[in-house]
Amino acid sequence: MAFASSPKLSTGLVDRMRPPEHARGDAETAAGSAQRALTVDARGVSLTFHTRDGEVQALSNVDLQIGEGEFVSFIGPSGCGKTTLLRVIADLERPTAGTILVNGITPEDARLQRHYGYIFQAPALYPWRTVERNVALPLEIMGFGTEERRKRVERYLKLVNLSGFERKFPWQLSGGMQQRASIARALSFDPELLLMDEPFGALDEIVRDHLNEQLLRLWDQTGKTVLFVTHSIPEAVFLSTKIVVMSPRPGRIIDIVSCDFPRERTLEIRETAEFMKVAQRVRSGLRSGHSYDE
Amino acid sequence: MTSSADALALPQAVGWPTWLIKRAPVLVVVSILIVLWYLAAILMNAPMVRDAFERAETQYAVSDLIAGTLDSERPIVPAPHQVMAQLIDSVFNYPLDSPRSLAYHAWVTLSATVAGFALGAIFGILLAVLIVHVRTLEKSLLPWVICSQMVPILAIAPIVIVVLGAIGIRGLLPKSIISAYLCFFPVTIGMVKGLTSPDPMQLDLMRTWSANKWQVLWKLRWPASIPFLFASLKVSVTISLVGAIVAELPTGAQAGIGARLLTGSYYGQTVQIWAALFAAAIIATVLIALIDAVARLTAWQMGAAR
Repeated sequence: MAFASSPKLSTGLVDRMRPPEHARGDAETAAGSAQRALTVDARGVSLTFHTRDGEVQALSNVDLQIGEGEFVSFIGPSGCGKTTLLRVIADLERPTAGTILVNGITPEDARLQRHYGYIFQAPALYPWRTVERNVALPLEIMGFGTEERRKRVERYLKLVNLSGFERKFPWQLSGGMQQRASIARALSFDPELLLMDEPFGALDEIVRDHLNEQLLRLWDQTGKTVLFVTHSIPEAVFLSTKIVVMSPRPGRIIDIVSCDFPRERTLEIRETAEFMKVAQRVRSGLRSGHSYDE
Repeated sequence: MTSSADALALPQAVGWPTWLIKRAPVLVVVSILIVLWYLAAILMNAPMVRDAFERAETQYAVSDLIAGTLDSERPIVPAPHQVMAQLIDSVFNYPLDSPRSLAYHAWVTLSATVAGFALGAIFGILLAVLIVHVRTLEKSLLPWVICSQMVPILAIAPIVIVVLGAIGIRGLLPKSIISAYLCFFPVTIGMVKGLTSPDPMQLDLMRTWSANKWQVLWKLRWPASIPFLFASLKVSVTISLVGAIVAELPTGAQAGIGARLLTGSYYGQTVQIWAALFAAAIIATVLIALIDAVARLTAWQMGAAR
């Protein structure tokens, strides 16, 4: 809620960029950042994969601070490390250098304490479980009681508009509905942080627009922090309070763009000049990342 | 044009029931096999029958020769009707506890098969779970598992029977162990494959929920491996039947289908051998059909698309 009223283009958070090609000159308001807990605090994070073809530097010296309640998109071409960064935050990969804290603790502790819900590119529902049992799965694992499970499944299926589909198996649902079920599953244990890795990448644009609106509404209602990987500029600008522009070889952050549309937005804002301006800046950031390549 | 249309419409025209038309391909194949079998019986038995006629110095026509090949007491290849007659006679015409009853022998073999299959399946599954969970075991254990299958079972079977007999274990258990020794292998191989079949995303999800190994096994790996399990169980149940029959051979063959095969070959009772073979085939078919039914039921329970 704190961000909805922020009048400045820059959020009050510490945005560190390397290299700071589009660094904004304005000083960060140190007072604002001190009050808020940082959901993600990455300093000098690098990750090198050792593959058969030699070493691949997936992340190079990434500095990133994300405050509570933000909606942050990661955008960039394939291989820019945006998914890897999300996986590092989720403790699905370990960085080879640098430090990273999630909610003030290590990613491993955050994972063990179930601080985040992860939503993958594919719904990855378990095909032998009905929708309700898929949503209940993390709850079963975390030891919630039967009654509590039932209540939560009902609540979150309602939240993603899937009431009435409890007894269906995944194959009986469309791709969009499956992805919504997977969002309900990630929400079911009420994590403070949602990590979404191109969740709508495989869906057609109409479904995608619709789900984007639903996601915004959900973010607004729950006040969660969302980290969202995409390679669609309009999607990133439409959803985010902050857009992290990344570039490949080595994977790094080249710009962090703030975007201060009101929290409650409709698809119409995509026609406004302000929207175009932000999109333009993201696009030029992406382009400069590419020119680095050549 | 009209003639071909007529030909296509023929079954309906003569009013054949649909169940017959549906099963027509199977029936045609079976009929062809039976005809071939009769031909084989005639050709294989003909020299023997001819010799017999010549020794008896009787005149014979070709029809006598053919009739003789299909009705001899110890044919080289018994005719289908002889085998069926023997099968029905030995199953139904003796009390169930009589050693001349094929039903009795089939029951002896069936119980060893089922016990061995259960032992082998459980052992195979446990082994697969171990191999999947302990990385070093995959390298250290799997070669031995494969080696175990290269040893001819005919060499192992008497050893197992003698050793277990010496410590007082007789009857069903030694046979079941030999049967289990053969049939655990496909289950292990299939289940290693099945337990590692979940895709990385499904495994990552478990990790994000910080599920423990037991939960990953029980809620993800196990259900994902069910199709693999049933595929390997179908292979393994027939193997366990073979194992049980083989185990009956070196025991002096008191009872079981293996014993029937052995006594049949001692006394040249080819019809008895063939009848025993058919009994084994029927048992195998029933067992596979049962597993198939359970597999279908499970798939339906697990939401498979109908």
